[in-house]
Amino acid sequence: MMKAVNLFLAAIAVSVTALAGVSQAVADVERAAMVTTHCFACHSIDGTGNMPNLVGYPPDILVMQMRMFKDGSRPATIMNRIALGYTDEDFVQMGEYFGTIK
Amino acid sequence: MTHFTRRRFLKAAGIGGASAVVGFGAASSVAKASKNAHVIVIGGGSGGATAAKYLKRFSPDLNVTLIEPHATYHTCYGSNWVVGGHAQMDDIAQTYDALQSRHGVKVVQDTVTGIDPDARTVKTAGGETMKYDRLVVSPGIDFRYDNIEGITEADSESVPHAWKAGEQTMILRRQLEAMPDGGVFVMVVPGNPFRCPPGPYERAAMVAHYFQKEKPKSKIIILDNKENFSKQGLFMSGWKEHYGDMIEWVPSSRGGMVEEVDVANLTAISDAGFNEFKADVLNYVPAQQAGKVAQDAGLAVGHWCPVNQMTFESRVHRGIYVIGDASIAGAMPKSGHSANGQGKVAAAAVVRDLAGLEPKSAPTANTCYSLITPDHAISVAGIYVFEPGEREWEDGQMVLVPGSGGVSPADAPATTRQLESIYTKGWYDGITADIWG
Repeated sequence: MMKAVNLFLAAIAVSVTALAGVSQAVADVERAAMVTTHCFACHSIDGTGNMPNLVGYPPDILVMQMRMFKDGSRPATIMNRIALGYTDEDFVQMGEYFGTIK
Repeated sequence: MTHFTRRRFLKAAGIGGASAVVGFGAASSVAKASKNAHVIVIGGGSGGATAAKYLKRFSPDLNVTLIEPHATYHTCYGSNWVVGGHAQMDDIAQTYDALQSRHGVKVVQDTVTGIDPDARTVKTAGGETMKYDRLVVSPGIDFRYDNIEGITEADSESVPHAWKAGEQTMILRRQLEAMPDGGVFVMVVPGNPFRCPPGPYERAAMVAHYFQKEKPKSKIIILDNKENFSKQGLFMSGWKEHYGDMIEWVPSSRGGMVEEVDVANLTAISDAGFNEFKADVLNYVPAQQAGKVAQDAGLAVGHWCPVNQMTFESRVHRGIYVIGDASIAGAMPKSGHSANGQGKVAAAAVVRDLAGLEPKSAPTANTCYSLITPDHAISVAGIYVFEPGEREWEDGQMVLVPGSGGVSPADAPATTRQLESIYTKGWYDGITADIWG
């Protein structure tokens, strides 16, 4: 749980960094956006389809779930294979970015 | 041509002349005009429609024009389900209403007749000349008949390719419906690279599913111009499990490398006439190349378009980005999902470039589901990152993140196959919403 809280704080730190000193229009094309928008292909942000909707998902829980897919402790049909392609930093950025979508 | 050698790069530079050497060190004079810059996107398929939508998402002040000849776009993915008879054309039809009304993209229904990379203009069949600051080209594929005797594109009414969805899909469907029980469906499949690597093998399964219900004495022969194929083990065990010996796969070394087609007699001929395969329905999927508009603009070197694989900016013409099946994208397959990802990569790169920022690299993904029956699906996934080469971006490539992705497990239970079939439909709904919704 402590780890999750730390990651949550890390996520906030990332989001603050992302917004500092960059104009609003460009802020959206920082790395977090570039990593996370690829998730939208399956996890539609308007609720279409049958994959879990991740808009507004708690960032720390998203990070935990991605880690569990990656280490195999959460069973999956495909997310385990996908999670293996990403780092912890990616998971934190995904959690942070999904948290910013309205 | 997946590997881009130094020699080939020099060739690319030669073709493009002075404008060929593309570097992001070069400060862009357009950067200041970022706010009201005009970005034109050519082609409203998976790559182009995504790029247009995400350009507006990443930079709402941009003027974005999407030029696409058709009012309705039929996705290639899902078209095998129509061929097999358990989906309708309406199920794979997409329109541009949301791009215009929800996302502020100007959609122009027209055909591009020429690109002038020096003047930065695009000409259309409708007589318009439009100026761009940045151009995204997502032209898809065109077919080649230069490696085959006896057949041209003009024969595709009687021998359909059905490799661009639309009328061709329906021609093949009607031919299969008219075929008598006990008939032979022959599919000729090109060598790599080509659009949708698992597509032919899903098509075989979908046709087998239809035959099994309606015409159980029929047979399917795949004549393949290669020695192995995508998700091969999973396809072959799935075919066996559901359709017994109905599907026969013939690799290039055993007569699959078709050299001639006798259109009048629906016969495919290989090994200098040694093998003849007589069909009742013949589906010839030709070899492919980058779509005509890219070829005409000199964006292709050989059959495909070399790009900086970090940004998808053309290595021939500065300010033009080539995405989707037409591009050379390293380890990324020519799929709708890859095109969707590349549309986002190019959109981010264009917006950053217009703002005078250095390009950034981030992982992108491909996921591809194939149905073996409507309740049995298999998948392949991959996460791809840009890996700089010895000369940084010039010889850098999109590579698979080691250990990531791969295919569904060979020993998965039926419940997993069924779950993946449910996710197949979810994937279709999700990605089409992401692109056109």
